[in-house]
Amino acid sequence: MPLLLFIALAVVPPLASMAGQAHVTGLFARGMIFALAALGLDLLVGYGALVSFGHAAFVGLGAYTVAILGAHGIHDAAVVVPVAVVAAAAFAAATGAISLRTRGVYFIMITLAFGQMAFFTASSLAPYGGDDGLTVSTRTTLFGYAPLGRDVALYYVIFAVLACAYGLMRFLVASRFGRVFRAAKENPVRVAALGFDVYRFQLAAYMVSGVVGALAGVLLANATEFVSPAYMSWRRSGELIIMVLLGGMGSLHGAIIGALAFLLLEEWLAGVTEHWKIIFGPLLVVVVLFARGGLVGIGAALARRWWRG
Amino acid sequence: MSTTLLIVQILNGLQLGVLLFLIAAGLTLVFGVMDFINLAHGVQYMLGAYLAVMFYGLTGSFVAALVLALLASLGCGLLLEFVVFRHLYDRDHLDQVIATFGIILFLNQGVKLVWGAAPLSLPIPEALSGSVVLMPGLLYPVWRIVIIASGLAAGLVLYGLVAHTRIGMLVRAGATNATMVSALGVDIRRLFMIVFGFGTMLAGFAGIMIAPILSVEPGMGDTILILAFVVIVIGGIGSIRGAFIAALLIGLVDTLGRSFAVDILRLFLAPSPARTVAPALASMLIYLLMAVVLFLRPSGLFPARGR
Repeated sequence: MPLLLFIALAVVPPLASMAGQAHVTGLFARGMIFALAALGLDLLVGYGALVSFGHAAFVGLGAYTVAILGAHGIHDAAVVVPVAVVAAAAFAAATGAISLRTRGVYFIMITLAFGQMAFFTASSLAPYGGDDGLTVSTRTTLFGYAPLGRDVALYYVIFAVLACAYGLMRFLVASRFGRVFRAAKENPVRVAALGFDVYRFQLAAYMVSGVVGALAGVLLANATEFVSPAYMSWRRSGELIIMVLLGGMGSLHGAIIGALAFLLLEEWLAGVTEHWKIIFGPLLVVVVLFARGGLVGIGAALARRWWRG
Repeated sequence: MSTTLLIVQILNGLQLGVLLFLIAAGLTLVFGVMDFINLAHGVQYMLGAYLAVMFYGLTGSFVAALVLALLASLGCGLLLEFVVFRHLYDRDHLDQVIATFGIILFLNQGVKLVWGAAPLSLPIPEALSGSVVLMPGLLYPVWRIVIIASGLAAGLVLYGLVAHTRIGMLVRAGATNATMVSALGVDIRRLFMIVFGFGTMLAGFAGIMIAPILSVEPGMGDTILILAFVVIVIGGIGSIRGAFIAALLIGLVDTLGRSFAVDILRLFLAPSPARTVAPALASMLIYLLMAVVLFLRPSGLFPARGR
């Protein structure tokens, strides 16, 4: 299933250009960027039961790294990416250290608080556009080359990053680290009794997730050539959670499917009627009520039925 | 920073505080008793305002609009409970979040479809439209005082109901341990429905009361919903007292922060950076407050016992 998904994503640009629908490539590129962010979030939500409602802050952090460094004439990935990664890891370490003291809904709300703080900080950055945001004049380069200049090239870079992140996440949840982290979701007291420091494992996962979010942000700034505080708004964080759940949490490829489905559905319904939300809203309710486990859950149920004949 | 301005801003803060309390009270009860995260609570506030505008247009009387809109809010709330929410009570919190988010999308857009995207307004009732002199040189609109007073009155009524009636006792017991209450032979579903209906009506009431001084527009419930969540988390989920104190705290901190941040920052900074930083800092203040409270007391200020 994940393999099929990646093959399908790999053939989008040639198919789109053959069909003369080049904008579809851009749509899928955006979808994959959000898929990347949702993938990172799925590690927390699906494998750790840590619902972060401030995840858009990391995406924004990555995007602003591109824009701010760009405003000072630094465009090279060799600088931009490490800076984004370190900034996201530091932000995650600081906010995670406080947030992870709380549980359940309190965790949701405290991560929201940090997300909002990041949002308002971004809107107060008057030299960098403040509320209005900032245009990214030059896409990120790699050691002086400009491989991201063409949209199709950017598409495949995003694709590669998403595939690598997926592989890394798979490896991570199956590793010893991942097993302890998942066990802590089921029964933190017992894991602690076995001698593991649950807090440290969760903090590490929170940082990994944040870094993946920031990478998505770097790509997003390159794809849209624009950053604004809206990238960090709580609505965006909410959408990321919905993508994870729509696809089916705790399966990784579910997050990717969820993000793509969310954006494609939005695009399609918005084309049908300007009041697309009036369809989209009830659709979410129906998915929750009748499809436990999200789209991946539906797929699995259909597959089972088909096998039985 | 004159005394008059300070008093006016404190009153404005109180007004925001009681408004938040009206919304947060229902939210915290629904959350505390039913363990149900209702994101659609903010839309019910919006709906209250729209219904009031509609009924005012039909009847031409504010009192009639108030009563009809309250009843209609209750009806809408119970309808939603019946159609969607009751299937979600024994679900995961995340399922509840998505489903109620779906309802937000639906109702925000529905309101746009029915009443248009342009902001509407509701006139202040004639008799209460002026200003009064509270102090020499201090004029304050009567309607805002009415909002503060009716919010405080609603708080008192709620306190009386929760602390001194049988149904209030069941609600408190439900907030502490719903399973046990159900095991003792109380029809918990009916209790849920009463709590839910009451919470909806309070949110609708808040929307109706604020309609004359705010513009009534789609999405007006979204921002206030987040603030209401901040309130119930600071106050401790399930606690009416906590919600009341936290609501006033948030109302005052937010309002005073916004009005005086520039002045205060200018004590430490040069005027121009102060003017840039102040608005962001003022908007951030309540979230900082929440983070600090949760850092010190991870379950809020007044957690309902037994959770």
